Amino acid sequence: MSTAEVYEIVHRLGLEKAPLLQVLLAVQEASPHKYISEEAVNEIARLQKVSRCRVYSTASFYSEISLKPRGFHLIRVCSNAPCENAGRGEIQKAVQEELGISIGETTQDGIFSLESVNCLGACYKSPAIKIDHEVYGDLTPEGAVAIIRRMREVFKNERTA
Amino acid sequence: MGNVNITLNGKTLSVPSDISIMEAAKQNGILIPSLCNHPDQKVKANCRVCVVEVEGSKNLVASCSTKVAEGMNVTTNSPKVRDTVRTIVELILADHPQDCLTCIRSGNCELRQLAARLGMKDVQGEKTQNLLPLDLSTTALVRDPNKCIKCGRCAEVCHHIQEVGILYSHNRSTDIGVSPEYGKKLSDVGCVLCGQCVLACPVGAIYEKDDIDKVWDALNDPKKHVVVQVAPSVRVSIAEEFGQEPGTISIEKLVSSLRLLGFDKVFDTDFTADLTIIEEGNELLHRLKTGGVLPMMTSCSPGWIKYIEHYYPELLPHVSSCKSPQQMFGAVAKTYYAQAGGVAPEDMFVVSIMPCTAKKFEANRPEMCDSGYQDVDAVLTTRELGRMLKQGGVDFNNLPDGQFDDPLGKSTGAAAIFGATGGVMEAALRTVYEVVTGETLQKLEFEDVRGMEGVKESTVDLGGTKVNVAVAHGLAHAKKICESIKNGEADYTFIEVMCCPGGCIGGGGQSYGTTNEIRQKRINALYEVDANMPIRKSHENPAITQIYAEFLKEPLGEKSHHLLHTKYTNRGI
Amino acid sequence: MSAPLNGNLVFNVAGKEYVGLDLYRSRGGYSALQRVLQQSPEASIEELKQSGLRGRGGAAFPTAKKIEMVRENAETDRYVICNADEGEPGTFKDRYIITHLTFQLLEGITISAYLAGASKGILYVRHEYWEPQNVLRAAIQEATEAGLLGDNILGSGFSLHLEIFSGAGSYLCGEETALLSSIEGRKGRPRLKPPYPTQQGLWDKPTLINNVETLSNIPMILKNGAEWYRSLGTSDSHGTKLISLSGDIQKRGLVEVPFGITFREIIETYGGGAKPGRSIKAVNIGGASGVLVPPEMLDTPLEYGACAKAGITIGSGAVFVLDDTRSILDNVHNRTRFFLHESCGKCTPCREGLRQTHAIIHKLMDGSATPQDVDRLERYTDAMQHASFCGLGTAAGNSLSSSLHYYRDEYLDHCAKEDASSDREEIA
Repeated sequence: MSTAEVYEIVHRLGLEKAPLLQVLLAVQEASPHKYISEEAVNEIARLQKVSRCRVYSTASFYSEISLKPRGFHLIRVCSNAPCENAGRGEIQKAVQEELGISIGETTQDGIFSLESVNCLGACYKSPAIKIDHEVYGDLTPEGAVAIIRRMREVFKNERTA
Repeated sequence: MGNVNITLNGKTLSVPSDISIMEAAKQNGILIPSLCNHPDQKVKANCRVCVVEVEGSKNLVASCSTKVAEGMNVTTNSPKVRDTVRTIVELILADHPQDCLTCIRSGNCELRQLAARLGMKDVQGEKTQNLLPLDLSTTALVRDPNKCIKCGRCAEVCHHIQEVGILYSHNRSTDIGVSPEYGKKLSDVGCVLCGQCVLACPVGAIYEKDDIDKVWDALNDPKKHVVVQVAPSVRVSIAEEFGQEPGTISIEKLVSSLRLLGFDKVFDTDFTADLTIIEEGNELLHRLKTGGVLPMMTSCSPGWIKYIEHYYPELLPHVSSCKSPQQMFGAVAKTYYAQAGGVAPEDMFVVSIMPCTAKKFEANRPEMCDSGYQDVDAVLTTRELGRMLKQGGVDFNNLPDGQFDDPLGKSTGAAAIFGATGGVMEAALRTVYEVVTGETLQKLEFEDVRGMEGVKESTVDLGGTKVNVAVAHGLAHAKKICESIKNGEADYTFIEVMCCPGGCIGGGGQSYGTTNEIRQKRINALYEVDANMPIRKSHENPAITQIYAEFLKEPLGEKSHHLLHTKYTNRGI
Repeated sequence: MSAPLNGNLVFNVAGKEYVGLDLYRSRGGYSALQRVLQQSPEASIEELKQSGLRGRGGAAFPTAKKIEMVRENAETDRYVICNADEGEPGTFKDRYIITHLTFQLLEGITISAYLAGASKGILYVRHEYWEPQNVLRAAIQEATEAGLLGDNILGSGFSLHLEIFSGAGSYLCGEETALLSSIEGRKGRPRLKPPYPTQQGLWDKPTLINNVETLSNIPMILKNGAEWYRSLGTSDSHGTKLISLSGDIQKRGLVEVPFGITFREIIETYGGGAKPGRSIKAVNIGGASGVLVPPEMLDTPLEYGACAKAGITIGSGAVFVLDDTRSILDNVHNRTRFFLHESCGKCTPCREGLRQTHAIIHKLMDGSATPQDVDRLERYTDAMQHASFCGLGTAAGNSLSSSLHYYRDEYLDHCAKEDASSDREEIA
C-alpha cells in the first residue's frame, strides 16, 4: 500500500486522532494482501507523530497484524486443547496437503495463507477453523478441503469475470 | 510525608513513607540486587531479580516497584527468596552466551557480578535459539543481540530520555528482541551513535567498537609519530577506571600515563577548544553584523550534528560551521605542528581520547581530511583508555605528575569547562563579551547556564545590547529547541546544544555506572579545574595568539576556513 | 443441588435465540435502567453490594466495590470499559452473550457507567470476534436511536457514548492493564499496579473495567432485586455462572448453572457425561490458566470458597473434559505452548520460564528427559508462580504446578530409562 493510499484511508475513516492500534488494523484490512507494508509503517509514524520503530514495535506484538504480505484469504487453524483433541491434526494435514503449504506460508498463487491461531471461542463446535472473518466448526478433513476448494473457485471466477 | 514503621529481616525500622522497599533496604544496609533498575529511569520491574517476601502476599513482590507501608514485614533473604532469585538468574544464564572470560564486559558485567554474588554453581537449561549476527555496521558501536537480557534500559534511554527512538523491543514472548525496526542495522536508521544505550546496558549486548589495537599498532610502528589529544572531560573521569571517586581530577597523572604508553607527544584538546571559541565567537559576531542565519547553534557535539542531519536538516544553516575541537586539532596537528615539529604529516598518527562514542564516527567523516590526510586517525573512549592502560601495565594511581607538550598543550579554564553542559556557552561569552564591549569581564562565572536543567536560558548584556542565549543538553531538549526554531518561537541569538545529558562528561564513552548524580560530580570537578587555572579566557591563551600570528593569520580567514570549518550532510531518515 | 435444565435464570441460554431490542423490552429489559436513573446511585450500588455480584472474568472482584472505587475519585472525566477480549481457551460465554443477549449487555454497561459517573465507554472486543463486533455495532446504533444510549438517555440528562475497539490477537490484552496499554496504542504489556485502573486507568483517568458476563448480570439483579439473586446459588457465592462445556462429553455447549452445583453434576447433567464406553481421566477447569484435576475432585461444589480451598480456579468457567484415551502430557504441552505464544516477554520468569519448561516438556514427550529435568521443571514453575510480573506468568506457573501435583507419575513415566542402565554399567 502506498503512502498516499495510507493517508487516504486514515482520513476517510476519520482516524486522524485514533489510537495507533485502530489505525494499524484499518490499514491492514484495506490492504489486499492483509498486511502493513514498510511504506505504510513510515506513513503511519509520520501521521501519529511517533518514531517508525515504535509503530513497528506495536505492529509486531499482535498476532492478528502482519508485517509481511499474506494471501487474499487467511485460513487460521485453532490449535488449543479442545480443538486439538477433536481432531485438529487431521484437519490441518488435509488442508496442508490440499494447499501444498505449511503453517506460516502462502500458496504459490497467492490466494491462501495458512496460520495457527489461539482459541476462537468455538470449542462447542470443535474442531474449528477461521477463514477470513468466518468460523467453520464441526469440521471433517473432507469438509475443510471442500470449503477451500469452493473458495478457490469463487476467487478464480471473480478474477476472470 | 512522614515516616512509616516496617520490619526488615526481623528488624523494626522507621523509613520515609513514599519510598520503595528497595530504597528502604538500601538506606538500612541491605543492597537488593537488580538488573533492570536504573536511578535515572522509570521503574520497569522486568528482571524480577529484586523480588522479596512480604508477609500477607501469596507471591513474592518486586522491591523496586512496591512502596513501603505501615506495618509491612519484609524478608529479603529467606530460602524462598534466595531460591527464586537464583532460579531467575539461572533462567537468564541459560539463554546467555557463556564467553564471560573473553567478553568486553568481563570486568564490569552486572549479570556476571550478580551470578557471583548469588553463588551460582551450575548453569543448566536448554539453548533454544540459534546465534544471531552481530551488528558491526557503524564505526562507533557494536550490537550483540545474543547477550541481550531484555532489561529494557537501552530502549528506555533511546526512546524516553534521548527521544531519538531507534531502539525498541519488538515481537513478544521468546521472539522478543531489542533492535531497530525490520532487523535493520544501526547504520540503516537514524542512530546518532551517542552511546547512551551503552552506558545503560548492564551486559555486553551493546558496546563501543574497540580501537585499542589500532593504537598499539601505531605506537609499535617505528615509522609513525604518534600524538594524542585529550578531551576536557577525560581529566575528571579517567580516575574512575582505576577505582577513584567520580570527579577526581587527575590531569597530571593522565599525561604521565599516556607518555608511559609511548605516545611521542601528549597534547591537549583544550588547546583547540580555545581555538574553537575564537573562530566560533567571530562567526557569531559576523552573523550578527551581516544578518546571517540566527539563532546560531554550536557544532562540537557529533551526536548532536548527526541528529540534526537526520531529523532537522532544514535547520542546518543555523549550525556553526566550526569543526569540533577534536577535528580542529587533527587538522592543525598535521599542518601547523607538522611544520613546527619537523614531522612529515603522512607519518603522523593522531589519536584522541574522548568521553564520546560518536567521535569515532566524526573522525571518519569523509570531509574530515583538510590536512590532506585523515585528520584524526583513531578515537579511544575513556573506557578504552582505561583498558589500554591496564593492558600496558600502567599503575595509574601511583604515577608522578606530567605536563602537556607544546605547541598544542596550553589551554585555559574556559576550555576545561567545555565538557560540562553550558561550558561552551560560558567560554564563548567570556570572549565575546570582552571583544564586543572592549571591557574586562569582572565575574567570569555565568551561573544561569550551569546545572542539569534540560534547557537553560539567559540574557547577557553586551555593553547595552541584550542578547538571549540558551543551553540544551540531551537530545530530548535539543528536539524542543529545534521545534521552537521551526515554529518561529525561539527568541535566541546563540544556542549551545550537547547531545548527552550533562554534556560531554555524561558521554557514551565514559565509565560504566554513570548516573545523573555522578554527572554532577564530574561537572563540579571541571568548574574546579577552571577556577584553578591561571588563564581563564580563551582569547588570553598565548599559544592561541601564537598560532594565529604564525600560521592561521586571522579568525575566519582563508587558512582558518580551510582547516577549521566544515560542511554538513542532509541525511534524512 | 440440582438445577432446572432449561431454566431461564439470569441469562436465556438454553433458548439459543437472538433477543432483539423489542423482545428484550417486552421481557422487562431496560426497566432496571429506568429504575436506576430514577433513584440515587448509592441506592443502586447498595443493591448490587447486597447481591454479592463478583467479577466473572476470572478475578472475582466484588463488582459494587469496584464501582465505588471509581466513584471515589475527584476526577470526573471517567471511562467504563467492557472487557470482551474472551481468550481463555475453552471459553465461549461472552461470544454468546454478545451475539444473542446484546441488549442485556448494553443495559448493564449503561447502568454501570451511570453508577460510576462515566460518560464515555469502550467495548474492547477481540479481533477474532468479527461477527460479534458487527452485531454490537448495529445494536449500539439501534439503542442510540431508541434513546437508550448517546445523549440524554431516557430523558434523564445522563449521556453515554460507546465505541467499539478491536483487539489484535493478544490473549494478554484480557488483563486489564494490558488492555489499557493496547487501547492507548502500545504493545499489550501489563503495567504496574498500583496505581489501579479505578484510579488511573485509560489515559490516566478513573476507569471501570468489567467482563461481559459480569455486566450482563447487572440489569437482572436490579430488575429482580438482590434477594432474588441471592436465592440462586449459595450463601458463599450468589447467583449463577455461565459454564463453557467442551471436550470428551456427549453434549458440548454453553450452560447456566447456579453456584453450589458440583462439577460432576455439571458434566453429567448438562454435558451428558463421558462418551459411551469411556471414562473421565481428567478435567481442565478454568481454561489454560486453570487446573487439571482427577475425577475424585469433581465432587467439589462450584463455589468460590470451596474451590479456593480445593485449589481449583473457577476462572472464566471453562470446563474441558479429557477421557481415558487422552494423554495428560499432551494437554500440558498444549497449554504451555499456548502461554509461550501469548506471553508478552516483558519479565524473566514468564518468558524464560516458559522457554525452558516448554523445552523440557518436549523432551518428556520424545522420551529424552530425566527425573532431574522434572525437578528443574518444578523449580522453574515455582519461579513463574511466585515472581512473574502479571497474572499470565503466575497462571502458567499454577497450571504446570497443579499438573505436577496430581500427575507427577505421568511425568516420571515419560522420563528416559537410561539412568537405570547406566548405573548398572558403572557397578559392573
